[in-house]
Amino acid sequence: MEPILQIKNLTHTYGIGTPFQRSAVEDMSFEVYGGEFLGIIGHTGSGKSTLIQHLNGLLKPTGGQILLNGKDIWAEPKKIRDVRFRVGLVFQYPEYQLFEETVYKDIAFGPTNQGKTGEELDRCVRESARLVGIRDDQLDKSPFELSGGQKRRVALAGVLAMEPEVLILDEPTAGLDPAGRENLMANIRDYHRNKNKTIILVSHSMDEIAQNVDRILVLKSARVLMSGAPAEVFARAEELITAGLDVPQVTRIAMALKARGMDIDPAVYTVEALEQEILALRKGGAPC
Amino acid sequence: MLKDITLGQYFPGTTVAHKLDPRTKILLVVLYIVALFCAKSLVTYGLMALCLAVCVYISKVSIKALVRGLKPVLFIIIFTGILNLFFTPGDRYLVEWGFLHISDTGLRNAVFMVLRIMLLIMGTFLMTYTTSPISLTDGLERLLNGLKKLHVPVHELAMMMSIALRFIPTLIEETDKIMSAQKARGADFESGNLIQKAKALIPILVPLFISAFRRADELATAMECRCYHGGEGRTKLHVLQYQRRDYIALALGVLICAGVIVLRQFGL
Ligand SMILES: Nc1ncnc2c1ncn2[C@@H]1O[C@H](COP(=O)(O)OP(=O)(O)OP(=O)(O)O)[C@@H](O)[C@H]1O
Ligand SMILES: [Mg+2]
Repeated sequence: MEPILQIKNLTHTYGIGTPFQRSAVEDMSFEVYGGEFLGIIGHTGSGKSTLIQHLNGLLKPTGGQILLNGKDIWAEPKKIRDVRFRVGLVFQYPEYQLFEETVYKDIAFGPTNQGKTGEELDRCVRESARLVGIRDDQLDKSPFELSGGQKRRVALAGVLAMEPEVLILDEPTAGLDPAGRENLMANIRDYHRNKNKTIILVSHSMDEIAQNVDRILVLKSARVLMSGAPAEVFARAEELITAGLDVPQVTRIAMALKARGMDIDPAVYTVEALEQEILALRKGGAPC
Repeated sequence: MLKDITLGQYFPGTTVAHKLDPRTKILLVVLYIVALFCAKSLVTYGLMALCLAVCVYISKVSIKALVRGLKPVLFIIIFTGILNLFFTPGDRYLVEWGFLHISDTGLRNAVFMVLRIMLLIMGTFLMTYTTSPISLTDGLERLLNGLKKLHVPVHELAMMMSIALRFIPTLIEETDKIMSAQKARGADFESGNLIQKAKALIPILVPLFISAFRRADELATAMECRCYHGGEGRTKLHVLQYQRRDYIALALGVLICAGVIVLRQFGL
């Protein structure tokens, strides 16, 4: 598979030459493949937000390179706007960026900047609104009349409407209630499945990552600690825990059972897999 | 870009300059300004520059940071310099070139004027670099305490000022964030004519104002929840107290200021 994004020795230092100098990203290298659902986790301050702002050219690397489809995104600084249309970034708490009179106009801001007009614009706006579960009658409302969760959906639709090849979400479910969280994640999963677009999800919640992504990138103090399929990453649970991170609840249960001497793979991370493991044990006749 | 604004920025430290009572520092700056406007000869200007240099040395503030403070007023400095240089009539002309002429007084005025503005700004900046905004307003409130008798709401003004100062960095950060978010949606702040540029500000200003009002509202509620009801009967956690070093610094300040005024009388 061809990587859609290649990050090569990326380094970012804030406040160079001031007393507040600080490296937020240090020598990170990894690839993102077309169509994959990549999860990024890391402790608070590990550089997640800084990293993803490089991927669409909002921050300029102080060292290293980012290749989009094999081309350095900073090769032509004048064309950086095109990169931003191709790599859509939804910020943490994106509801604070809304500004238009109506939901419809706000969603249309991105595609209008892209130069879309008329029917194409209308199609983009309505389709992305539908994708995130905004009803048609809400499109003519002021975005400020909506609830927090609905505002966030509008902001997400505003980025989806640009039809980016890669969608980056920075903690999209932070501050939502459990039902709203699951609901939004379901929308995102559907989008991934139906459109087959690349998604990068930044999250604090191990469970959310475990349930959704194909591959995980773990960051620790500005560096990549590990990367791989969820099963590979959760197999190194001890390391994750020493890095100050959590493991999914299911993995914790499996680890506890294993510690009690049961023959269970401690790296399982979905309820179904754990169920299979336990059922297999019972068939084997071991005492439960 | 936005982070380059150093206005009122505080560099924490433990030097004598940092430890002085904020009231002392405010008074010293006032004295310094008075002396600066009385100075009119090379000797007195040199003395003023020397004073500043000593203070900078004591405070361990980097010269770079101090010079950076001059950047926003660079235009005014150059403008004043040019105006004085070319448009001051004098007895003797050094250069005459078309309608432009530089007189000896013009040259003198230009140099002194530029020097005066630069010293003035650097002196004030030195105070804000070594004093946290909170203690600065605290000092100001105490200094102006007498005005309360004239029904000037000194405490409320000081509170407003410290809140405003407290929220400058927050607002700058917020502006940065909103700008990034809109840039991610393809907003373009750089190209286009003036009208287009002004229009491009709407997606920043609307969210910024909304969040500023929300913050103000929340802050007011939070203050009321903690029974804030203005300055009446309010006591201080940190009561300002003059120390020995404050008396010494003030005495020195008065001495130098008086010295400059005396020198002026002698035509120096
Ligand atoms: N604009 C900035 N200027 C200076 N330092 C910054 C800036 N933004 C972030 N940092 C610093 O860089 C480091 C990484 O920050 P970043 O926001 O990338 O972390 P994060 O992993 O996204 O954290 P969180 O999970 O809390 O969102 C932090 O230590 C932070 O203090
Ligand atoms: Mg973050």
